[in-house]
Amino acid sequence: MKAPDILYECPQTVAEAVALLSDDGRFCQPLAGGQSLMPMMHLRLAQPEVLIDLNALAELDFIEQVDDTIHVGSMVRYTTLLNSELIRRHVPLMSLSLPHVAHSAVRNRGTIGGSTALADPAAEMPAVLKALNAVIVAVSQSGPREISADDFFQGIYETALGDDELVHSIKFPAATDQQRFGFYELARRHGDYAMAGVAVSAQSINPYTGLRIIFFGVADQPLRATGAEAALEGSMFKDEPAILEAQNALPADEFTGDVGVSVDTKVQLAKVVLKRALLAM
Amino acid sequence: MAQTQDIELVVNGETIQASVPVRTNLVDFLRDHVGLTGSHVGCEQGVCGACTLEVDGVAVRGCLMLAVQANGSQVTTIEGVSAKLVGRQLQRAFVEHNALQCGFCTPGMIASSIEYIEQGGASDRAAIREHLSGNYCRCTGYQSIVDAVVSVIDKGAAA
Amino acid sequence: MSGPLHKFDQPNSYIGRSVERPDASRLVEGEGCYVDDLQLPRMTHAAFVRSQYAHANIKSVNVDAARALAGVVAVFTAGEINAEVSPYVGTLTHLQGLRSPPQLPMADRVALWQGEPIVMVVAQSRAVAEDACEQVRVEYEPLDAMVSARQALDNDKARIHPELDSNTAWVKDVDAGDVSAAFSKSDVTVVERTFQFGRHTGVTVEPRSTVVEFNRSDNTLVFHYSGQAPHMMQAIIARHLDFPEENIRVIARDVGGSFGIKIHTYGDEIATAVAAKLLRRPVKFIADRLESFTTDIHARDHRIDGKIGIDREGKIVALEIDDLTGIGPYSMYPRTSAIECNQILNLTGAPYDIENYRARGTVVFQNKNMMCQYRAVGHPVAMAVCDSLLEEAASEIDMDVVEIRRRNLISDDAYPCTSASGMKFADLSHQKSLQRLVEMMRYDQLRKDQVELRKAGIYRGIGLVSMVEVTNPSPMFYGVGGAPISAQDGATVRLDAAGALHVSCSITESGQGTNTILAQIAAEVFGVDIKRVKVTTGDTAHVPYGGGTWASRGAGIGGESVLLASDALKSQVLEVAASILQTTPDTLQIERGVVVSSADGSEKISLDELGRIVYYRGNELPAGVNAELIATRHYKVSDFPFVFTNGAMAAQVEVDIETGFIKVLDFWVVEDCGRVINPKLVDEQIRGGVVQGIGGALYEECLYDDDGQYLNATMADYLVPMAGEMPDIHIEHVETPTSTSTLGAKGAGEAGTGGAPAAILNAVNDALRPLEASIFQMPMTPERVLNALRVS
Repeated sequence: MKAPDILYECPQTVAEAVALLSDDGRFCQPLAGGQSLMPMMHLRLAQPEVLIDLNALAELDFIEQVDDTIHVGSMVRYTTLLNSELIRRHVPLMSLSLPHVAHSAVRNRGTIGGSTALADPAAEMPAVLKALNAVIVAVSQSGPREISADDFFQGIYETALGDDELVHSIKFPAATDQQRFGFYELARRHGDYAMAGVAVSAQSINPYTGLRIIFFGVADQPLRATGAEAALEGSMFKDEPAILEAQNALPADEFTGDVGVSVDTKVQLAKVVLKRALLAM
Repeated sequence: MAQTQDIELVVNGETIQASVPVRTNLVDFLRDHVGLTGSHVGCEQGVCGACTLEVDGVAVRGCLMLAVQANGSQVTTIEGVSAKLVGRQLQRAFVEHNALQCGFCTPGMIASSIEYIEQGGASDRAAIREHLSGNYCRCTGYQSIVDAVVSVIDKGAAA
Repeated sequence: MSGPLHKFDQPNSYIGRSVERPDASRLVEGEGCYVDDLQLPRMTHAAFVRSQYAHANIKSVNVDAARALAGVVAVFTAGEINAEVSPYVGTLTHLQGLRSPPQLPMADRVALWQGEPIVMVVAQSRAVAEDACEQVRVEYEPLDAMVSARQALDNDKARIHPELDSNTAWVKDVDAGDVSAAFSKSDVTVVERTFQFGRHTGVTVEPRSTVVEFNRSDNTLVFHYSGQAPHMMQAIIARHLDFPEENIRVIARDVGGSFGIKIHTYGDEIATAVAAKLLRRPVKFIADRLESFTTDIHARDHRIDGKIGIDREGKIVALEIDDLTGIGPYSMYPRTSAIECNQILNLTGAPYDIENYRARGTVVFQNKNMMCQYRAVGHPVAMAVCDSLLEEAASEIDMDVVEIRRRNLISDDAYPCTSASGMKFADLSHQKSLQRLVEMMRYDQLRKDQVELRKAGIYRGIGLVSMVEVTNPSPMFYGVGGAPISAQDGATVRLDAAGALHVSCSITESGQGTNTILAQIAAEVFGVDIKRVKVTTGDTAHVPYGGGTWASRGAGIGGESVLLASDALKSQVLEVAASILQTTPDTLQIERGVVVSSADGSEKISLDELGRIVYYRGNELPAGVNAELIATRHYKVSDFPFVFTNGAMAAQVEVDIETGFIKVLDFWVVEDCGRVINPKLVDEQIRGGVVQGIGGALYEECLYDDDGQYLNATMADYLVPMAGEMPDIHIEHVETPTSTSTLGAKGAGEAGTGGAPAAILNAVNDALRPLEASIFQMPMTPERVLNALRVS
């Protein structure tokens, strides 16, 4: 199980990187943390001609606050996020999710931008981005472009990112005092991809207002449950009938099964993770 | 036609210069080109953890990094961990507690254990189990590995 | 035990002490030597093009582009490899009626399972070999695949082997007593359940690994082997590649886990030997993880209808099982794929006093990867079926599960005795082990806690198992049926000039601590410091002939051979010492490397001085003294087909009834493996076995779709237990040494894997019982638990 023969470029600036990516003649693949791309290359499911290694791009390795926005460079690694005081204070939903992402040695290399661009529907990060209404900043030779998380994730490993674009950074609205967040996932083993998980943000919880409920591991993309959000809107924290109504308002027809896991089971697990996430907010 | 690249890195304190095929991952490079066969290859997908080693002070999967990406780095493999006190303590504790059988997972298991202890991890069995949950061991049942890590922490690993 | 202290129980005895493993120091330094660590001059690397289909005609194969690729040394088609190999057949004469067509290493015209090798590429690196594999064009004509055992059994028209009249490989019946009459009695409660056990595989962290060297000048072949039975492999290669047996040398250095996976005849490994011979240079083949999942042998995969009858007193009056299993397209060579079924028929109900027993086993071919012996062959199935039926029956008559066992387990003073299926038992301790278990786990308190927690909506369950384990097999296991598998082992013990002992033995080390316990035995029996004992295993050029490591036989058989050889050498050394000292051997003893007076312990001559006299200054020896400082002895079990061990285990689990997730909270083991040579090594082997058993019960399954495509062939998808989910496991021992040997050791390596699934199954059903739900399918995934709850 060895990677195919490849060319390698290691640009030192984003400008160089996007210039390389704009080469129409060759199949170029950006390499971020490599924690998903490398296994896919070993399996030869990914066979790029040229790898564009982004790991030298120091300009994409930043976490900063600009007014009410937390701006995170795409090459920030999971471990850095996990240890960031800015993230803990202002993007607490992400902090809730990070311990569930794989294992330490993988988090030490894996990047937020890589996970975003990969758009694995079972991964935590796309759901967190969508629950927080984050904005993905893409960059190409034509300059930067902002894409909302709602528009960015389009299907299994499918995003709005163009072939010539890189994820430059992600902008998160800083959490307000009233906002509350919930996160829960069910994985067979610690660090595994979830059988079902949910990331929830709310403008307030007593009563529930402005909810965004995003499931992962249950469909071909992070799945927003607007029906469940509507069922909860305006009811009081932990209100059992409202939670039950929300559980019964999941977009079950958009669920997909996994090997050995039926849609029925996914729906059942989604109901449970929703309730548990809501109760822990 | 293999695409190669010249690299220079420090492995267990020794500077290594090599021309390496781009597609070669770090653990294959260390094993096949440098001759350090202590790091093992179990899955090539970053799951088994047998290839876990230290690059620039951080535990990584040796199979999920290209050798060219380690250009300019400091790499520590199982053959080099005894340079650190905590490495020696863990090696001793693994033997004492019989925290290995076939030994194939052990280099990665020790690398992950070093990381846990160096980060100030508590002598808490559940926390240790969670930290080591990215390293497969098919022989021991894990308990003796946890015992070994606990014993090093309880004795007070010196820095 | 009663009576005077046995010599092995003396406080200063090495036997019974948790001596550290010398091998472990090497392995923690990264100084192991596994097959993939070998770098030989001019070594090449193999990769295989494998069938994408479970069943297909191979219309054409084009290797031109692959051959033309830079760095490719050779491309071999199936025909080219197979031409060098005589076919092998996976049958044993004592498994009467078992049939399997002749096999060759690679698929030439028809592929019978997904993953079967079709083309072999040998290149300067594995990466280039894989590049070349991508260039090979295979034209397939897909055929209907027989995937499930039931489908293969029922569909005799679509035959996997057209030359056979059906897809059935073997049928066996056992009928003891009068089962029908027993079931029909009016006071008998009958419980029937259908059990399903998923396919598992071993997932050794080190994959199957082979390096083969060929020397044309003397027509010798060196097979570097990550495996368990070097002499068996030597015989197989010699037979089927047409070499004189003595020209094959098999070397097993460090082995990164085996568990029964690495003891079979794999086509890709045979092809590697052929390629080395044809190319006259070393060839390395390391299975990658995809190849491991799709081609390492699988095991279990049984569907069993079980029926138990108990009377009002809770006594088992009859037991009946009907087992159907699919084994892939062939019976594996040379151990066959019918052994697991045979073990299930032999062992179901074995711990209990049962007069009326009926069993049928049906083994069928199918288009999936081959099945064969994996750790605890048949045991997890046999133990789970019987002990689950027993606990279900106990519930029917409202009897406690400990009590019903007490009433049925064979009494500790009943040995020797023979079971309904014909198993001969001796030196077991079921009742005592159960009692110890109940005390250790604080059974009564747990039951009280369980009731309280249920009131709070927490569903905990407690499950037990009483079990036997087949260990120390005699020639009746394989050799009697014609397989080149030795049931005896040999040991040579040599005293060197500096007074050190060198032990070589035909069992192998794959992490169990084999080399350590052999050193303990030799040091103890001969009388030297263990630091002065060096052990060699795993090299047919350097060890006596023997069976290797399988069926929990290392300590019991290999250990006994070392004991006998050490004892013999001691007599020889004392003869020499007596002649030097001008006394008689019976006045002398060896202690800590010194020949001493057996009367007063005074030192007479050190072994290094004796060695120097014999080896350097033989002229000082009295005339006529023949100083042989080396002894070899062999040992096999002859009074019994196997030496059984027994154990009692219990699990406490918590079932999350909303999600179907099961958490194992606690696990207890009481094991009677006879004399314990090294408690630390035994305990950790049992723990590892339990964890593998928990894996089978909760996580592990090789999943195929209806076309025979393997669905979860990665470590991320085939789940094995990890540290985070496993409990600490409590272990105690009852020691009833086997009377078949001086050492008294029985095996222990498979007990955990054999018993844990039953305990977990029973615990889960105990938790679910108040909800009137139950599950009899492993692994017990959340989906299956939820389905069980939905039905209730």
